[in-house]
Amino acid sequence: MIVFQKPKSLTDAEFHYCPGCTHGIIHRLVAEAIDTLGIEGRTIGVAPVGCAVMAYNYFACDMAEAAHGRAPAMATGIKRSLPENIVFTYQGDGDLASIGMAETVHAATRNENITVIFVNNAIYGMTGGQMAPTSLPGQVTQTSPYGRDVKTAGYPIRVCEMLSQLDGPEYIARVAVNNVKNVKAAGKAILKAFQNQVDGKGFSLVEVVSSCPTNWGMTPEKALQWVDEKMIPYYPLGVYKDRSAEVTAE
Amino acid sequence: MTTEILIAGFGGQGVLFAGKFLAYKGLIEDRQVSWLPSYGPEMRGGTANCSVILSDDPVGSPIVSKPSVLMAMNLPSLDKYEKDVLPGGKIFVDSTLISRKVERTDVDVYYIPSTQLAREIGAPTLANMVMTGKVIRECEGISDAFLQEALGKVVSARHADLKDINLKALKTGMAFPD
Amino acid sequence: MSDKVLMKGNEAIAEAAIRAGCRHYFGYPITPQTELAAYMSKRMPKIGGVFLQAESEIAAINMVYGVAGTGKRVMTSSSSPGVSLKQEGISYIAGSDLPALIVNVERGGPGLGGIQPSQSDYFQAVKGGGHGDYHLIVLTPASVQEMADLTGLAFDLADKYRMPAMLLADGTTGQMMEPVQLPETEPVSVEKPWAITGTGMKRKHNIINSLYLQPEELERTNFERFQRYAQVEENEVRYESFLTEDADIVVVAFGIAARVSKNAVLAARKAGVRAGLIRPITVWPFPKKQLEALSHTAKGFLSVELSMGQMIEDVRLSIHDKRPVRLCNRAGGMIPSPDEVLAAILKMQEEV
Repeated sequence: MIVFQKPKSLTDAEFHYCPGCTHGIIHRLVAEAIDTLGIEGRTIGVAPVGCAVMAYNYFACDMAEAAHGRAPAMATGIKRSLPENIVFTYQGDGDLASIGMAETVHAATRNENITVIFVNNAIYGMTGGQMAPTSLPGQVTQTSPYGRDVKTAGYPIRVCEMLSQLDGPEYIARVAVNNVKNVKAAGKAILKAFQNQVDGKGFSLVEVVSSCPTNWGMTPEKALQWVDEKMIPYYPLGVYKDRSAEVTAE
Repeated sequence: MTTEILIAGFGGQGVLFAGKFLAYKGLIEDRQVSWLPSYGPEMRGGTANCSVILSDDPVGSPIVSKPSVLMAMNLPSLDKYEKDVLPGGKIFVDSTLISRKVERTDVDVYYIPSTQLAREIGAPTLANMVMTGKVIRECEGISDAFLQEALGKVVSARHADLKDINLKALKTGMAFPD
Repeated sequence: MSDKVLMKGNEAIAEAAIRAGCRHYFGYPITPQTELAAYMSKRMPKIGGVFLQAESEIAAINMVYGVAGTGKRVMTSSSSPGVSLKQEGISYIAGSDLPALIVNVERGGPGLGGIQPSQSDYFQAVKGGGHGDYHLIVLTPASVQEMADLTGLAFDLADKYRMPAMLLADGTTGQMMEPVQLPETEPVSVEKPWAITGTGMKRKHNIINSLYLQPEELERTNFERFQRYAQVEENEVRYESFLTEDADIVVVAFGIAARVSKNAVLAARKAGVRAGLIRPITVWPFPKKQLEALSHTAKGFLSVELSMGQMIEDVRLSIHDKRPVRLCNRAGGMIPSPDEVLAAILKMQEEV
């Protein structure tokens, strides 16, 4: 009996991600959700510009590579063209919450029937560790070498809290992947975000609080601790909006 | 034959509508036509004008810079365009709103109290069509059937009930003596 | 009365696009092309199509990118400042070898410029506009009839060569009404095995992508793309030649400037000057060979443009500067009168 195997919805291509990066876990959770729902043949993914830029090589379904921040707009086009297909975007914090904020907010408010996986690791990874819209106050990055000064650089954006104020979206949740319990909960949330689309319910976004050992300058283990100690207190986990549920709290 | 018409007035006077009617008339007569509006913020209550060309030959430039027919619906329009009219051309003046006379002596001038006539037939917003009626009689000529057909094209189905009053305004203009 | 209808140029594009099988339109309001979006918003819901007013020009072109990836006919429209915003997406669409239609109903620039007709986005349209090595097929309608006809053609060519096409119109051709005979032909359907439609578990996954991190691979992709462009240059040049056979002065103009120029050419002939007109209908590919051929017989060329002189560079390149090339232009939303163009023709006749 096989107890553990690679999800069918992932290709055999080797991930290029850094050691200790949590993108691998999140890719797997997305692929498992696609497998569970049996939708690989009709799923189309949209990759971002950021560390996951080559996600199109890793998912076995049809894929498109969007311009930086424009994945929700591109996904809108794909979904409007092929309403029976399942369309998801996979985006980082710079992509979704900085350059692509308008596309994110408007796809949400239109309740586009798409699934958005939002990986928040509080830094620009691919370009080498610059300050992100979600970098924490005081966080040292390549472009905030003295720590993020909220007086000049402003405050981090809490995407889930912000989007949940809109009437449009169906489901907004924040999860983390820094321990087994959290990974399990993240898998459930991602599955729900895809199930919602299959059921025609609308815009579902799962923010995954993630780590970046390389650019945070930490060991993978220390980075996961930092998620617990610094990230999650600023970005509390939970369901922020679930229109179909009677109780919107976890 | 080519008639180059410039219709000018305030936004809201139905300048574009009158132009459309004339363009449809040309289309029904199987002539070459073009209709070009001024557009943008000036449409919102400022001055509005439109160029209409009716011709037996293909229309080159759709811009009427030297009209053979000027329909001046207000004083600023007459002031601005009087000098541009071709020698031998025709100027139609709404004499309710424009008290001065045309200074040019090398053109034919028609003074029509269009606004007043429109009020008298209970259609105060149709001074444009009263003047258009006069223009048609003096410049172009058109059968009753054509009038009806052109009106049918330009008055939207939603406002079909306004066809009769438009026709009345046209005929009022056509019947106005020189 | 013929079966022609009177339509605004902007509306003729919209109706022709629908007749060409386009069922997806994305746009953002801007003068002077709003009638196009308004027409689409009225018609699309009734024929099972998609009209979406996007949050920005940037979003609109990326929605176009998405639909183009699925292999369906799709378009957006805007005017100059909005088309600048679309350049990023246009570059991605070209880099992913996707067909799509972009309409630019030009207005004066730079910056917010004005709202009156202009042709000052010529460079942007034919020399790239966005980043990277790529071309658009650029068609320039000069009448409402051509607004309709070239829309269908643009979709066909875009599909045939897997590249975006642009309709480069201007505020006048967009706003004017003329009689138009709308196309009745069924759109040609093209196989698109590259489209992302879901694998159906029957094939390897398709990827719509413009990223090639290996320089060798990116170079190869660019060379292959330019082989396709060479075919377009070979097969798809379109132009109108008017009284050029014996012409001493050849006027070169497109769109609204060509209509004005045609009047001027006729007036010049009346005045005893042998003038002619080349009206490029495609400005990329540009009618280079045709102009080169005329450089053996004509004494001079006059580029008439609603810009500070952009196409004139292509005219000079086409004839290798063998003859004098002059510019007759208005800018900022002004249009030269036939008399101005006539004066320029007569002046040139005296000087060459």
